[in-house]
Amino acid sequence: MDKNLLERIGIRAQLSVQITGSMLIMLGTATYYLFTPPVKLRGIFKQMEFVGVQSLFIVILTGSFTGMVLALQSFNALQRFGAESMVGPTVALSMARELGPVLTGLMVAGRAGSAMATELGTMRVTEQIDALYTMGINPIKYLITPRILAGILMLPLLAIVTDFVGVLGGYIIGVKVLGINAGVYIGRTIDFVSIDDVVYGLIKSTAFGLIIALVACYQGYHTKGGAEGVGRAATGTVVISCVLILMTDYFLTSIMF
Amino acid sequence: MIELIDIKKSFNGRRVLNGLDLTIKSGEITVIVGRSGEGKSVLIKHIIGLLKPDSGKILLDGQELTTMKTKEFSEVLKRFGMLFQSGALFDSMTVADNVGFALAEHTGLSPKAVREVALRKLAQVGLSGSEDMMPSELSGGMKKRVALARAIVMDPEIVIFDEPTTGLDPITSDAIANLILETQRQLKTTYIVITHDIKLTYKIADMIAMLHKGIIIEQGSVDHMRGSEDPILSQFLEGRADGPLSID
Repeated sequence: MDKNLLERIGIRAQLSVQITGSMLIMLGTATYYLFTPPVKLRGIFKQMEFVGVQSLFIVILTGSFTGMVLALQSFNALQRFGAESMVGPTVALSMARELGPVLTGLMVAGRAGSAMATELGTMRVTEQIDALYTMGINPIKYLITPRILAGILMLPLLAIVTDFVGVLGGYIIGVKVLGINAGVYIGRTIDFVSIDDVVYGLIKSTAFGLIIALVACYQGYHTKGGAEGVGRAATGTVVISCVLILMTDYFLTSIMF
Repeated sequence: MIELIDIKKSFNGRRVLNGLDLTIKSGEITVIVGRSGEGKSVLIKHIIGLLKPDSGKILLDGQELTTMKTKEFSEVLKRFGMLFQSGALFDSMTVADNVGFALAEHTGLSPKAVREVALRKLAQVGLSGSEDMMPSELSGGMKKRVALARAIVMDPEIVIFDEPTTGLDPITSDAIANLILETQRQLKTTYIVITHDIKLTYKIADMIAMLHKGIIIEQGSVDHMRGSEDPILSQFLEGRADGPLSID
């Protein structure tokens, strides 16, 4: 291995540690300001509406079609062993444990995460963040704290919606299209899915909400270089959030299940 | 009074401020002139705390700003107003909300009272009737005037102007210059203006300071600066291409 390559790897590693450190400092500062009065509820509700309510349509669409395709696929596989009655639990478990939180995370990263980074990035390059500072208003408290809180609070709620519409979609395909007995479908689902499956899924989605909001805030807040920089911040937010969501999902799954 | 003492600042090994000394008197308009890229914006960002010097001291009425804690400094910032080069208006808010923003955040005034003050300030800058417009609907000159109304809404002791006439036509530039003079005479505020607009400088300045290679090479009244025989200063003030200041 040549020296230049090692040097480049070293610089990359150093930069990654630096960025991680800065993100954690941002998180710590935002948390501190959450508990420092005055707390501006209006800003928090505005972000909750943006992250949660405005993501609802895309989450319902994604969740319902995923539940439907899961029912179709699992029916094909399970039919070979005469276990069609297991379609319900398969769909419900997959949605609650994995697909609900992960798909919600990926969708919100694409929609709200990129928009957050773009908004903050534009505010940075047009000196609006500096203007806040010069008015004696702490930009972290005013801009970052509400966004991180909204991410943490809204992702689990969106994941519940995804779970619900996914299970509903699976039921419609399983019972109405594929002809599985409704009582068997629901009974089996209740037998195999416990409340823990749903709760663990919600814990995951809380972590994903934190990841999306923190990455978006960091990328947007530290944007440099005009319109090109804003574009880079938005793209970076989606890519980094998605990779981190999938990696975190693996580690959380290995710990919880 | 603001005193900058031996301020040094480097970015990526490049020295921008090189032991700069400057005294800004209260109640006057001090104009800091210099070529683009000489560090004028860096200088005002130090005064307002957006940047910290590598070494040196900044004193406001004898109180050192450079060593102040964040919380303490945010109180000091309430004594300042700033007009950014781009206006830096919050594009998600109306003109009135932009102007009244600091009041709404820092005072216990009701939304109605905040709006009343905002309307009064807008009238002061000649923008009555524009309160419900969005920043995207404003012309460059109007944006600067809204930014000025926002900068003076808390009746600050010190207002900093970053290139207030850049990008404006000569007539709008003159209107902004008049506005700067009028508001300063009314409020007796300390105004710090950075610009390379010589016409504006001669019109509004009580004191001029010339920034070159990271230091103030000359500081004085308009008459003093006009009469200076310093070749760099006279070339800059006369706007000549030939002289010791080379074109990059």
